[in-house]
Amino acid sequence: MTESTNRAGADSVTSHDDAPVTSSKTAKPERALLAEAVTVMAPASEIYAFWRDVTRLQTVMDNVLSIEAIDDKRSRWTVKAPGGRTVSWEAIITEDRPGESISWQSAEGADIDNSGRVEFRSAGARGTIVRATIAYNPPAGAIGQIIAKLFQREPRIQARRDLHRLKQVFEAGEVATGARNRRLHQERSKD
Amino acid sequence: MKAIAWHGKHDVRCDTVDDPEILNPRDAIIRITSTAICGSDLHLYDGYIPTMKKGDILGHEFMGEVVETGSASTLRTGQRVVIPFTISCGRCYHCSKHQYSGCENGNPADNQDISREGMGMPMGAAFGYSHMTGGYSGGQAEYVRVPFSDFGPLVIPDDSIEDEKVLFLTDILPTGWMAAENAEIEQGDTVAVWGCGPVGLFAVQSAFLMGAERVIAIDHFPRRLELARGFGAETINFEESKVYEALWDMTGGIGPDATIDCVGLEAHGAFADNIIDQIKVSTFLGTDRAHVIRQAIMATRKGGRVSMPGVYGGFVDKFPLGAFMEKGLTLRTGQTHVQKYLRPLYTAIAEGAIDSTFLISHRMGLEDGPTGYQKFHDDQDNYTKIVLKPGASAASLQA
Repeated sequence: MTESTNRAGADSVTSHDDAPVTSSKTAKPERALLAEAVTVMAPASEIYAFWRDVTRLQTVMDNVLSIEAIDDKRSRWTVKAPGGRTVSWEAIITEDRPGESISWQSAEGADIDNSGRVEFRSAGARGTIVRATIAYNPPAGAIGQIIAKLFQREPRIQARRDLHRLKQVFEAGEVATGARNRRLHQERSKD
Repeated sequence: MKAIAWHGKHDVRCDTVDDPEILNPRDAIIRITSTAICGSDLHLYDGYIPTMKKGDILGHEFMGEVVETGSASTLRTGQRVVIPFTISCGRCYHCSKHQYSGCENGNPADNQDISREGMGMPMGAAFGYSHMTGGYSGGQAEYVRVPFSDFGPLVIPDDSIEDEKVLFLTDILPTGWMAAENAEIEQGDTVAVWGCGPVGLFAVQSAFLMGAERVIAIDHFPRRLELARGFGAETINFEESKVYEALWDMTGGIGPDATIDCVGLEAHGAFADNIIDQIKVSTFLGTDRAHVIRQAIMATRKGGRVSMPGVYGGFVDKFPLGAFMEKGLTLRTGQTHVQKYLRPLYTAIAEGAIDSTFLISHRMGLEDGPTGYQKFHDDQDNYTKIVLKPGASAASLQA
């Protein structure tokens, strides 16, 4: 065996890899943690601008009843919860890197304490990878999450669908619906 | 309007339902003039495809006249259009690669979870083919809502070309063509095609056009085998002959250079593996009857190509993976990228290079759709292709 392969062997002992912590089999974060990513055929600056304007962001977020801007850094979010209830919190932008990322943290008194970050990373000819990471304390612990899942409001699924609608707005210019007419569209939105 | 709706296994009805409306800027509403029942509609009829709901409107092979357009549609009222069965935005990464059936934006976000779980990636969207692929109402109806109407539909500029010549551009002709393309046919090749339904018969024609010297078509319906012979194919009736033995002998012990499975998940025939599959399917232990793809892999020559346009929906047992590896085969498959083939195949029809009407055995009014399904299902030898004509009188269809 040559010296160089010995060295390579020694290096590979470290346990580091490139997989995100949200795909870890062993990590046990204190709070529920989710990440979702989508590739959007549009420049990072445009998607950043869309996300930064909370009134536009609301149009792709199915479970969000309203997002009201309080000032440039703060907004109030009201979101559907299981059993016809709503939850609300004030989000404060903690770091704002134009065209790159936006980080937030819920203010004290939030119904669901949460924080997160959305990053916009260039993927060359494929556009921009939009990746959202969200940490939160599920209401009533694990049971709250099971209930949420039953109502299809499980946050990871919701985040995936919301990011996909964002993609559709940028790429197709509209949000796809399989409904035949307005009546069926309304029926399906209630599901 | 009237429409053919799915109500359960072997239960389709002609219902009266509320009309489609423009919902998105790129939409158009089409008044259907001709619509066909597809072999893959029989998979729905037989209850093989999950996520169907009672009342879902069927049909993904249709054409007609533009009657209403959204603000971003490029179509004009009165234009005659053929609609691809795949709903593709034309702007996403997959569409930019001309892999239109993989379009990421046709399937609504809420409909993507099932296929993402079951197949690893969310599937694209199609008309009238379950909620897993978008829950879009199909075109076996008087009217249909067509999304992305500025991208998918092909406007037929020539009024002298009748519907039936161009109707099959929606699905089965491009599907047969792509099947042959996926077989990577070289000049002088021998190509074996399983299934002489519409897709198989178009694959036979396409294979010859792409340079195949011999095409061997396999089925058990005499009339369908006769249609294949009409295009110059040699034939094997699998009820009378052992297919593998026949192919070995007919190719001088080499095997076909390329094989095409135009049958898919509902293979017929009393073969041992098929009977086991059938028991598993009926007891929910497996989903697909995969006799044909197994046989194709065993019969193909070493280093050959296997093309699989036939629809499969789930999992199969006893897939001959060892033979596949040891023989160094290539397998290509997928839902058809219809938009990629529309214009070149329209030209081929207009120039007479492809016969696109020979298949049609029956024409019916929309009201007779349920009978059409039953006949197409039970009497495949005589009913090779049924075209439904919404709004046509019975007298005009018999003429």
